[in-house]
Amino acid sequence: MSARVEIAGVGIHPFGRFDGLTNTDMGVHAVRAALTEAGDPRFDAAFCGTAYGGVASGHKVLGALARTGMPIVDVEAGCASGGAALQLAAGAIRAGQYDCVLVFGVEKMPKGIIRSSFFEPWREEAGLAATPAYFALRAQRLLREAGLTKEHLAEVVVKNRRHGVHNPNAMFRKEVTAEAVLASRVVCEPLHLWMLCSPNEGAAAVVLRSATDSSAGSVTLASARLRSHLPGSVLGEATPLSGIDDSGITPPSTLAARDAYDEAGIGPADVDVVECQDTDAARELLAYQELGLCEPGEQAKLLASGTTTIGGALPVNPSGGLLSKGEPLGASALGQVIELVHQLRGVAGSRQVEGARVGLAHTVGRGANACCVVVTR
Amino acid sequence: MAARAITDGLFVTHDDGTISLVGGYSPSSGHFHFPLLDSCPYTGATDVETVTLSADATLWAWTAVTAAPPGYAGPVPFGFGVVELESEGLRVITRLTEPDPGRLVFGQRMRLVADTLSLETGDTAITWAFEPVAP
Repeated sequence: MSARVEIAGVGIHPFGRFDGLTNTDMGVHAVRAALTEAGDPRFDAAFCGTAYGGVASGHKVLGALARTGMPIVDVEAGCASGGAALQLAAGAIRAGQYDCVLVFGVEKMPKGIIRSSFFEPWREEAGLAATPAYFALRAQRLLREAGLTKEHLAEVVVKNRRHGVHNPNAMFRKEVTAEAVLASRVVCEPLHLWMLCSPNEGAAAVVLRSATDSSAGSVTLASARLRSHLPGSVLGEATPLSGIDDSGITPPSTLAARDAYDEAGIGPADVDVVECQDTDAARELLAYQELGLCEPGEQAKLLASGTTTIGGALPVNPSGGLLSKGEPLGASALGQVIELVHQLRGVAGSRQVEGARVGLAHTVGRGANACCVVVTR
Repeated sequence: MAARAITDGLFVTHDDGTISLVGGYSPSSGHFHFPLLDSCPYTGATDVETVTLSADATLWAWTAVTAAPPGYAGPVPFGFGVVELESEGLRVITRLTEPDPGRLVFGQRMRLVADTLSLETGDTAITWAFEPVAP
């Protein structure tokens, strides 16, 4: 049997806008905190998630800490970069290659609509590189197919922003009303400004260690699984220019979730708390069905019953989600994992999900890249 | 001098100024694709035939882009959506000539048109768009 991978320490630099700080500054803050919590172990390798950080982002952080010499690998997988780094680290520990691995993510996102080298220049010139417009088309199809309205989208924002009030590492910590969400300006119909998360800055770090004991009470990284898209979905995160009939094309988030559940030996019904990709409010509702948390079309029922609110049967995004935290791509997935670790340790304070023992984290974005992580205690 | 195409190979321009999108068809996979690639994006098969695609379509999803995205110097707001090509069933991401989402409905008939755009360089270029067809 392969080794249990324990989460020995976590550290986070708040997500927000920090004009005077570099990726290295934020990374140092998060890594130092995670290493301290883990008892300052010697680590055998480091994986650093970043999408916009540039050459040797990980080396710069560890160089500033005088902790180099081991392999340092920067990993880019869009919104799932941190999750991809986690999968590589966990796999290496399970395979017996390393005993202790540092995983971290850093990001300083450009302001405004993300400019991505993903798009050829002519697609930008033709207006076909408007990222929120793709989100809007997917939102419109979901509303139609799941029998949802804009009011449901506003409810997701209200829920997550209410959760985020209690998260000291979130960018937005004020409650909002559904009326105010619907009164914010339309970015791309049906998505209003407050229904979209803000790309921003931050860093997060996790120390993984091979654990021979089984009773230490530490949080276990039960699985971290990355998948890419299957061909054909016109509105998939691969952002193609055309596609075929979508029926029967399994989305990458579902592929990643199935792998993660299988590896952890659980099913969606065993999950107590979820952190999912709420790039926009509709993306969270789509995740409910993609991750197997509900059947397609049952989202309205989950919202109406309060199931996905803290205090409900399956709280989603108790951290406030990306709608409250903002999204620093490379750090985002690890930020979710850190939230789940705090939830499973029972130290999440006024946003605590009582009795949480199994957590699921989900990131998905351009590539396509989707990653699901299961943590247990 | 006529404006150039926004990039080569997306469409052909006919003598009367109308355009046809150029795509691919793989007999072994049975799938069309756009823009034209040298292998089928669904199966990897290399038996791709160049085809001109149907100009008639129905509307499958739409929105309007209200702020200029990076690298774009054309008018805002502008319509943006997915149409389903009538003959091929292929769904294509496209500009729409209608910038008001409230004036469009699911399944509406649409037709391919050439669309002239300003570029950041000050030049203009031709791209494709779909416009609503009066019922």
